[in-house]
Amino acid sequence: MSDALLTEESVSAAVEAALAAVDAATDTAALKAARIAHTGESSALARLNARLRDLPPAEKPAAGKLVGQARGRVNAAVAAREAVLAEAERAALLEAERVDLTAAPVRARIGARHPLTLVRETVEDAFIAMGWEVASGPELEHEWFNFDALNIDPDHPARSPQDTLFVEPLGAHLVMRTQTSPVQVRSLIERGAPLYVLAPGRVYRTDEIDATHLPVFNQFEGLAIDRGLTMAHLRGTLEHLARRMFGEAARIRLRPNFFPFTEPSAEMDVWQPNAKGGARWIEWGGCGMVHPNVLRAAGLDPEEFQGFAFGLGIERTLQFAEDLNDMRDMIEGDVRFAGQWGLVTR
Amino acid sequence: MRIPVGWLAEYADLPAGTTPEALHAALVRVGFEEETVHGGDLSGPVVVGEVLEFTPEPQKNGKTIRWCSVRVAPEGERAADGGEAVRGIVCGAGNFLVGDKVVVTLPGTVLPGPFPIAARRTYGHVSDGMIASSRELGLSDEHDGILRLTEIGLDPEVGTDAIALLGLDDAAVEINVTPDRGYALSIRGVAREYGASTGAAFRDPALAVSPPDTDDGAVRVAVDDGAPIRGRAGCSVFVTRVVRGIDPAAPVPRWMSSRLRLAGVRSISLAVDVTNYVMLELGQPLHGYDLARIGGGALGVRRAKPGEPLVTLDGQRRALDAEDLVITDGTGAAIGLAGVMGGEATEIGASTTDVVIEAANFDPVSIGRTARRHKLPSEASRRFERGVDPAVARAAAQRAVDLLVELGGGTADPGQTWFDAAERPAAVLLPTDAVLRRTGARATDAEAVAALEAIGCTVESGEDGLLVVPPTWRRDLLEPVDLVEEVVRIVGYDRIPSVLPVAPPGRGLTREQRLRRSLGTVLAATGGSEVQSYPLVSAEQQAAYAPGPSMRVANPLDATAPLLRRSLLPGLLDAVRRNRARGLVDVALFELGSVFLPVEGASYGTAELPPVGARPAPELLTRITDDLPPQPVHVAVVVAGDRLPKGPGHAAEPVDWRDAVDAVRRIGAAVGVELRVRQEAVPAGFHPTRSGEVVTVGTPEQVVGVAGELLPGSVADVPGRVAAVEVDVDALLAAAPRGVEFAPISTMPAATQDVSLVVAETVPADGVRDAVVSGAGALLEAIDLVDDYRGAGLPDGAKSLTFALRFRAPDRTLTAAEATAAKHAGVEVAAERWGARLRE
Repeated sequence: MSDALLTEESVSAAVEAALAAVDAATDTAALKAARIAHTGESSALARLNARLRDLPPAEKPAAGKLVGQARGRVNAAVAAREAVLAEAERAALLEAERVDLTAAPVRARIGARHPLTLVRETVEDAFIAMGWEVASGPELEHEWFNFDALNIDPDHPARSPQDTLFVEPLGAHLVMRTQTSPVQVRSLIERGAPLYVLAPGRVYRTDEIDATHLPVFNQFEGLAIDRGLTMAHLRGTLEHLARRMFGEAARIRLRPNFFPFTEPSAEMDVWQPNAKGGARWIEWGGCGMVHPNVLRAAGLDPEEFQGFAFGLGIERTLQFAEDLNDMRDMIEGDVRFAGQWGLVTR
Repeated sequence: MRIPVGWLAEYADLPAGTTPEALHAALVRVGFEEETVHGGDLSGPVVVGEVLEFTPEPQKNGKTIRWCSVRVAPEGERAADGGEAVRGIVCGAGNFLVGDKVVVTLPGTVLPGPFPIAARRTYGHVSDGMIASSRELGLSDEHDGILRLTEIGLDPEVGTDAIALLGLDDAAVEINVTPDRGYALSIRGVAREYGASTGAAFRDPALAVSPPDTDDGAVRVAVDDGAPIRGRAGCSVFVTRVVRGIDPAAPVPRWMSSRLRLAGVRSISLAVDVTNYVMLELGQPLHGYDLARIGGGALGVRRAKPGEPLVTLDGQRRALDAEDLVITDGTGAAIGLAGVMGGEATEIGASTTDVVIEAANFDPVSIGRTARRHKLPSEASRRFERGVDPAVARAAAQRAVDLLVELGGGTADPGQTWFDAAERPAAVLLPTDAVLRRTGARATDAEAVAALEAIGCTVESGEDGLLVVPPTWRRDLLEPVDLVEEVVRIVGYDRIPSVLPVAPPGRGLTREQRLRRSLGTVLAATGGSEVQSYPLVSAEQQAAYAPGPSMRVANPLDATAPLLRRSLLPGLLDAVRRNRARGLVDVALFELGSVFLPVEGASYGTAELPPVGARPAPELLTRITDDLPPQPVHVAVVVAGDRLPKGPGHAAEPVDWRDAVDAVRRIGAAVGVELRVRQEAVPAGFHPTRSGEVVTVGTPEQVVGVAGELLPGSVADVPGRVAAVEVDVDALLAAAPRGVEFAPISTMPAATQDVSLVVAETVPADGVRDAVVSGAGALLEAIDLVDDYRGAGLPDGAKSLTFALRFRAPDRTLTAAEATAAKHAGVEVAAERWGARLRE
């Protein structure tokens, strides 16, 4: 075969042919073949290029430029086409990997904290924010801390031995604490005054289990002893807690009551503005000004120090905060119960 | 305490139309919690009817009904509901006769329940009303058929309004009386409180009678307490009165039985009812004796002899305790448990005509102990235990005498026996600013005086404050703070302002508290559902997972579970079972809670119990504070079923020992402690070759828990493997390092190599890893076990452990040769310690 002369026409024809082939390539393999056919050693352009050496020196620059530009156009077209085809093929490949994200299996289970824990921590945090500290004491307690130190005489009807779980041997005066109040006296003896502590913990009664009673349940005990504290500070503290728990519109109401370890004593109701069944007053817990005999039991001078204490049931708080029918759900460990709260307080 | 509204209205001016709700609200305000309302919930045309005739009609269901004709209005008049005077009524009861006067609830009546009455078709007739039973009218809880009015001594005109006749329109409010307010277990006390709460006028019923002030009665009393309890005489007041010639058959008037019923007391006989009525009205328990049955015609009070027998009114033969206070007759024989329950021998009976009334005051402690000792709580003991007004005894006796004379036709002896050694309350000074200083509430002197007088105090103003003499029925008012409460209670707790106190800066949560929270959060975030289980277990449960000495509850709710748990596992396994029974098979549960770990041979508690109101001596206080069994907080995890469910593209992963070991890793990570499982001792209840002790990494290792698979098949009703971990959190946190030992982060290139080491199957991988680490030195940055191969190509009883090693130098690019040299140094130590050899 005789090669074409190196002319503008022949170069242009070779370029046109090359561009057509590039355009016609529908995949990278075809493009590669077209590239080899139109830019390889045996391609028309290569052969035209070889003719350069036959030209007189004066024509070489112009002809060289012509061929060079032609090869540049073809190479650019190949590169552009390659990018398009590669992109399409990658897209096809990715499309082939399409999954149904909604059919993903579980890789790691997520559990839940018990809502009683969440309530406890919410309350702890409210008091920590006010500068209080969190204290604890033993659940199996000496009878003196549970009763006598709290001004509950052994012969007082409020001693209610029928509510108390006694621990053997009976002469050793050991009980399961019936309230978190023993922590009051332990904290006072251990730390002295001024003292601002919150003591959450488990308490034990001989109550039969029903929808609103558990024999083992949780309370918070709050205790503030300082110079110059009054029942107004008690009200202020409980009101603050109520707002933290139930919103700014919450408020509290104190009703006279009797506890041997406080004087005056009060029953505290909370106005729950956002209750599910409509705003309402709910009985929340007991409170009062710490009885002088409790301070004396801790070795403090009631003339110098006075303060307040309160006790709230955590189960009860959870029950009315969330409008739960049956407290038994709280102790049965059914994973569907805690699972509704999950990991955080909302 | 149930307060019949009409009764209360006799002594306090209740505004007309006071509802039970309004009454409750007034009493709540001064500290009496509302309980419920009894009665007052019957309305409509309820009339006296006369049974004219009836026809028994046997029914297919075996019952025989009576088709009755009942006259419900006098001849020529319309009935109360506007209907006919004679009605046809179907009645299922058979205890009435023709001619009986009965109570008819005509259509339009609403019975307690509420049950509306209407004319309705039944048993083939239209029953135009109902003949009522006592129970249907709310008069009694007994199912004793139709109420026949003659049986209760009534013979009213036909058509009479039975609601008024029977007092069915009155209601009683029930309030909770706290144990410091014994005086409020009476109409007298509650009426006074109502007056103090509302300002309504109060008339003291104790002042409405005029008892003599002599001590000249026929039935003498010898009070001789040879063994006072806690220094307090058992009997401080003893009054007797005699009424002779009472008609034993005298009926109890309707107003009295109605009030007793509303107050929750059964009507028995006039003499008995009178004693109960006066007790409810004045708060003074009374006891009535049949004079003819009192040996020697005199009474005495003394402590019982140990084991002394007495048959009480309830027919029980009791062996008395030397602390029990007894009433004796003139011969010295015990005839009653003072203040608790009378004896059978001197009981008022159907033939009693001469009655001795006893109004006494007994020591609260003595009565309380006796009532508890004999498990005999009575209306009397409840009042004595809470304190009875010692000054009301004569008035109460007089009131009973008056009622017996008036209603029973008796004649009162003019004399009265009156022993009185009661102490009178001491004056208490209420400093001027005491109310403000304790409560923040402002009350003027005038308000304070008015409040204290309203509750019965006498008040004198002095320079330093008010000199207050509490009333005889308020033995709880001993200190200024007691008076402060009374003043604030009466002026109202709403007077107390609201002030938020400013505590000194606090230290926030302690480290231990923060770490415990982290532990809970990590376990929940990695799949665990938190549980709070019941901490009392059976001996079997205890022995299964935590054998050892146990603390035992003397009076557990469930006699089969008296032990305080030594392990959290039994409670968690119960919860696993419960979930499984509800179809929740794949569960991971955890609990953070106390366990009780008495030490073998140790004794806890003290024989001493120091009194209230004082700090015990230092040595005793230390023992009271510290002599308790260790009660550490534990954390436990139990995983059952599948650890991961079957999903698209992968099979379910059943739980096994690995879940326990991984839980250990997470527990350690949550609190910043490196933990391992050491496979030497087998924990109770665990798989002997798939469990071990949880230890802290370090020298020496400290055992802080157990982990592994539970013994296969050992968890009832839970098939499949169960992984479990229990760790002592207190010990764990004590071992947790404070702060981090930071190693600078090198940015030089790493060199990674694998090494496979052949060791005996019994060699723990952790040990081999440690050996490699210690041999490889500082260049080894990380080491991970990537394979544990057993089988072809290895000698019997051998395994090949492959570790991926990552080496890095702090300051230069490591050469392959350096990394290899470090690796071989590690292999060498593994060979020394464990006989490891490189796998070819």
